[in-house]
Amino acid sequence: MKKFGSLALILLASMLPAGADSQSPSPQQSPATPAPGSKTVKLCDNKTTVQVPNDAPRTRAEGQKISDALMAQWKATNPNNDWVQGEVEAHQVVTPADNSKLIGTGQSSTYGTVTKQDVQVWKNETYKTAVYGSTVFHSGDQLGSEIAVSCDMCHPRAANTHPESYPKFQPQLGRVALLRDMINWCIEHPVRGKVLAPDDPKMRALEAYIIAQRKGVPLDYGKR
Amino acid sequence: MKDKPTIPRIKSVETRYLEERETLFRGLQNLGRRGFLKVSTGAAAAAMAAGVSNHFHSFLPVNVAYAAEGAATPGFTFAYISDSHLYIKKTNERFVRQLLRAVDDVNRLDPQPDFVFYGGDLAQLGRKEELDLGAQILKSIKAPVHMMAGEHDWYFDLGQRWNELFGAQTYSFDHKGVHFVVLMSVVEKDFWSARGMTPAERMHTVAGLDNAVQSAFEVGAPQREWLRKDLEKIPTTTPIIVFSHSPLYKLYRPWNFWTDDAEEVQALLQRFDRVTVLHGHTHQVLTNRIGNIQFHGMLSTAWPWPYAPQGLPALTVQMNRPNPFDSNDGLGDGTVAVHPDGLVDKLYNLWNRNPMQVKASYLSSGGKSDVPTAPTLASY
Repeated sequence: MKKFGSLALILLASMLPAGADSQSPSPQQSPATPAPGSKTVKLCDNKTTVQVPNDAPRTRAEGQKISDALMAQWKATNPNNDWVQGEVEAHQVVTPADNSKLIGTGQSSTYGTVTKQDVQVWKNETYKTAVYGSTVFHSGDQLGSEIAVSCDMCHPRAANTHPESYPKFQPQLGRVALLRDMINWCIEHPVRGKVLAPDDPKMRALEAYIIAQRKGVPLDYGKR
Repeated sequence: MKDKPTIPRIKSVETRYLEERETLFRGLQNLGRRGFLKVSTGAAAAAMAAGVSNHFHSFLPVNVAYAAEGAATPGFTFAYISDSHLYIKKTNERFVRQLLRAVDDVNRLDPQPDFVFYGGDLAQLGRKEELDLGAQILKSIKAPVHMMAGEHDWYFDLGQRWNELFGAQTYSFDHKGVHFVVLMSVVEKDFWSARGMTPAERMHTVAGLDNAVQSAFEVGAPQREWLRKDLEKIPTTTPIIVFSHSPLYKLYRPWNFWTDDAEEVQALLQRFDRVTVLHGHTHQVLTNRIGNIQFHGMLSTAWPWPYAPQGLPALTVQMNRPNPFDSNDGLGDGTVAVHPDGLVDKLYNLWNRNPMQVKASYLSSGGKSDVPTAPTLASY
């Protein structure tokens, strides 16, 4: 469960009871059943909860406190939650296209009016897939290698993976290969790992990372 | 054995090719001035038969070792093996086998090289077991061996085991009129303490070529001072050959194909008439010249690296893109022929392909003469 960011906070804040008054008791971490005179607020992971007194003031500041308490609890149970930042610090991953020009435009169809948040979500989710691919690419363990070999040992920053050249006839395989066929070939042979199903999350992420690193190179399928 | 029925031996295309290649090499290695014509005729025939006619001219005088009047050196050859990246055998037996292949290669050289130079990264993760295994394998080399450290040997215990096995990482020696210098060019600034890394984490970080957490490689001020003193009393006419694990110039920082204080080191070498730098780390055919300094890369026995997307020296003729379906392609070892004038011809003995030679005259002429054959498939 590594999918929470500022979006979760925003959603939570908007869920909070509005209005009300009096002092500000801090939200309590939840016991199994809500204490008398309080209610349970749940995080969007459907697990993490806090108890909020029924008489808590309905202000934005109070809402923020509840949200902070939920996120603090979630972060404590998900210590690897900053994996994207950690991976990007070690291995540069090319960022996806910038769609911010679309904000506030549109014919009010398809995606309706594009908001700043839309653009941010598209970018974050796309980038995260590529970054996850980078972690797999750089880890013999994640690739299931029996000989401690990972993709980056021959392809630093995915160099010489040339995704733009697929599909192409691969004489060594005797057939037309897609990028994923070559990924699987490398996993099976030089890496000596276990081949991945085409829709395996690791395969999808590896493709995302490899394609991300070649951003801007024109497609040229069949290129030798 | 004598009871064995005689069956006609049918040789495969591969066997015949390898035999012809072998004959060619033997002939070239044995080449002397008097044998030149004889061998070159035979070699030409072998080369034609093996389909290497395009390459033939480029590796003809591998070993032109004869003394000329007033020459700096009588001329000699040495061999190299580099970047074996050994894990323990139980973890990865392929890399072990590949180093053994290189050891066989140099042991079969006839005549034997004056010495074998090991270009660094003997181990993959700097573990005692890996270094010990490497040391044990290298003991079966017949010729004397000179060692250089690489970052993969170093950043688990900061060189402790390497020093125990092989002695000092920075040293110099003289051989047949040439002054040899071995540098430890992969010194990194402390990136680990502040991050609270364990030795294993530090080693893993450095072991990732594209890991941006680590620092840039450098020779560093203390070693530069050592070098200045070491060279102080050497006349400018003495040929100098320097070994460094990283290239002693700035090629591509994201992969540490780079030495951060390269200019300062080059400045110490510029006053000499003939300087050659041989480096490991890049796992590819790599050629450069800066002023009077000629640079050559060394092949790896473990895996080939792609060419960097930027910064490739204009004089580099790329080796063919390695075939991913051949686990030994783009790998190998090689020999270095030192001419009487002290400059070198560098032979890349690429396994499973034709060898590639980069001659001193190619570099001296600024890439005009003796141009190595261009690759069929260069980097993307």
